[in-house]
Order: sequence, then structure tokens, then C-alpha cells
Amino acid sequence: MAEKDSTTTPTEYIAHHLTNLTFGKRPDGSWGFANSAEEVAQMGFWSVHVDSLAWAVGLGLVFLLMFWFAARRATAGVPGMFQSAIEAIVEFVDTTTKDIFPHKNPWVAPMGLTILIWVFLMNLMDLVPVDWVPNIFRYWLGIEYMKIVPTTNVSVTLGVAIGVFFIVIYYSFKRKGPGGFLAELAFHPFPKFAAPVNFVLESVTLLAKPVSLALRLFGNLYAGEMIFMLIAILYSAGFALFVLGGVLQIAWALFHILVIVLQAFIFMVLSTVYIAQAYEVPEEDGH
Amino acid sequence: MVNFWTVIGISVAFTAFVVICRAYIWPPLINAMRARQERIAQGLENAERAEEALAKSNADAEVLLRDARAEGQRVIEQARAQATMVVEESKDQAREEGERILTAARAEITQEINRARESLRQEVAYLAVVGASRILSSEIDRRKHSAMLENLVREL
Repeated sequence: MAEKDSTTTPTEYIAHHLTNLTFGKRPDGSWGFANSAEEVAQMGFWSVHVDSLAWAVGLGLVFLLMFWFAARRATAGVPGMFQSAIEAIVEFVDTTTKDIFPHKNPWVAPMGLTILIWVFLMNLMDLVPVDWVPNIFRYWLGIEYMKIVPTTNVSVTLGVAIGVFFIVIYYSFKRKGPGGFLAELAFHPFPKFAAPVNFVLESVTLLAKPVSLALRLFGNLYAGEMIFMLIAILYSAGFALFVLGGVLQIAWALFHILVIVLQAFIFMVLSTVYIAQAYEVPEEDGH
Repeated sequence: MVNFWTVIGISVAFTAFVVICRAYIWPPLINAMRARQERIAQGLENAERAEEALAKSNADAEVLLRDARAEGQRVIEQARAQATMVVEESKDQAREEGERILTAARAEITQEINRARESLRQEVAYLAVVGASRILSSEIDRRKHSAMLENLVREL
């Protein structure tokens, strides 16, 4: 399972596995894919992680196709096995979002479903042994870097969280009006004379929502992937450690099944909670 | 660490996925599920109603059957009584008819005897006259002696 190149040190191995396939502007001014971790660093903020983006969009399309396939044949008649499985998920999302978000809104439940399944599928890639896909790309297709778990990339989790954040902002304005939204930011938790302080505090609270969403998912999956890599290193370190690595990988993968489902669920629930908070119109006298 | 175009790309993709899910995936699924729920509820209700109807018609059928049985019993008894009556009547009629025929036959017999007796009497009177005339060897005037002959006939 470990690198076939015996000259690779564990540090290089991990660094290689943590490098994205990155497209951006090189220091010499040309555009192209980065050939090393240093080049990735030089490309900096204004680049794109092609691997994460491609896997994320691809898995999103898998989600859409799977559910569209079920939706296309959905009737009130007797459902098949696949239909029942899809409907069980839809039912679960419907009841969960209704519990958290009691208002009438046609967007919240589909958003919850999208987050749950999309994030789950992205997390699921973490269970694919860490060397399989990168080695296929490296030795067969000549592509040096390939990170297949989009949610171990903080840009991806932040991208989803920002999508949720804009929905929260939109409904805050829509429900409370610009004045009401500003008042909510400025007049709590202290009385009105401390409006600037309140505004800073509440803005941080507001911004903490997408940041915490993004970092929670990223942290969990990044740590999980890192442990899979450390286990993978054991495979090339002698027979005893090979066996230990096998046992550890199975154990960690079993535990990780729980983590990937739970993190997808938490992302969905918290997104719904934030939108529900945006919907809440405070009473006249405040509280 | 964070890189701009990945974040933007994912945000755009997320928005697109939510829009597609909202437009083409969520409504057909949830509508089909609600429709099925409705159908199942309707079916259960129908089954309950059918069960009630069945119980009611069973009870009705039992009442009808009991009435019919009683009616049948009554008809049979009536028929039996009527039959007995008819038989009795026929017997009486037959007896009367027989007696009538018997009486008529007896009367005829009596008449027949009388008739025979009469003709016998006349035959005897004729024979007596013929015999007497032969014995007396003389002609007896039938007209002169008719009174006497009458008497003789009556005495026979």
C-alpha cells in the first residue's frame, strides 16, 4: 500500500499526499499546473485545486443522478428497493429539517438533502485506501498530485459553508429587513449605547457560523486522512508493522464510517439551524 | 491554505446543486411519498369500512335466514294440515257416494223383483186359464170371466 519508490521518506510521502493538483500562475508569469509543493505555495491564494474541485463536482453529479433517477420513476405505487432507500433518506431529511426549521420554505429541505448526501459522498472517498487512486493517476496517467477527498481541503468546506452563509444573510434581510438585521447585530447583547461593541461581537458571532461549519468538517476529515496515511506508512516498515497496519486500517476505517456520516449530518443540521435563526424575528421589546 | 477559485467553484457548484435538487429532485420524490401515504391511509380506511359492511350484512343475512326458516316451517305445517283436511273430505265424499250408489242399486233390485213377480203372476194366470179350459173342455168366454180371472191373478 505504501510508496513503491523506496527512496521516499515518510515525510516526503505525507507531503506528497497532502499536495493538491493545483492550477495557477507560476512565479515566472506563465499559467499551468504546479509541479511541486513549493510551486503550489507560490501560486498562493489566486489558484485553483483542480483535483478537489473535480472530485467535488463529480460526486455532486453522482448525488444528483442517483436521486434524479429515483425522482424520475417516483410514483405513489409500490416502490422498489432502490426507490425505498432513496425515499428513506428523503423522509429522514424532511422530518429532521422540519423539526429544526418549523417555517414554510421550499428551499431548506432540498438544501439539507444536498448537503447531507454531497458531503457524505465527499467524505466517503476517505475510505478508499489512500494510495489507490493517486497511484493510478501517477503511474498510468502521469498526473503527479491527486487528492481524492474534497472535504480534507479547507477551501472546499469553506466553499459549502459560504454558500450556506449567503443563504443565511439572504433570509436575515428578507425576514427582518436591512434595519431589523442591523438592529439585531447592534442592539445585543448590551443596551443600545454600546452599539459599536455589540456590532463587533455580533458580527464575529455571525462570521463564526460559516467558519465553524467549514473548519469542523475539514478538521475531522483532515485528521482522519492523516491517520490513514500514517497507517499506510507502516506497510513498508517490516512484517510485524505490516500486520499491525492492516489491523489498524480496518479499525480506523470502521470508526471512520461513523465519522463521515456524522459530519455530513452535523453540517446539514447546523446549516438548517442557522437558517432557522435567520428566520426568527425578535419580539418588539427584545429579550 | 485557502484558495480563492476553489472556494468560489465549490460555492457555485453548491448553489447549482441546491437549485437542481429543489427543481427536479425534491418535489417529485416528496409528492410521490405523500401521495402514497394518502393512498395507504385511504386503503386502510376502506378496508375498515368494508369490514364493518361485511359484519352488518352477515347480521342481516342471519336475520333473513331465520325469518325464512320460520316461514318455511309455517308453510309446511299449513300444507300438512290442508292435506289432512283434503283427505278427510275425500273420504267422507267417497263414503256418501258409495252409500248413494248402494241405495240406488237396492231400489233397482226391488223394482226388478216386483217386475218379475208381476210377469210371473200374469204367466201363471194365463197358464191357469189355459189349463182350466183344457180341463173343462169348454170354451170360457174370456170377456165373461175376466173378473173371475182377475181375482185369481190377484190371489196368486
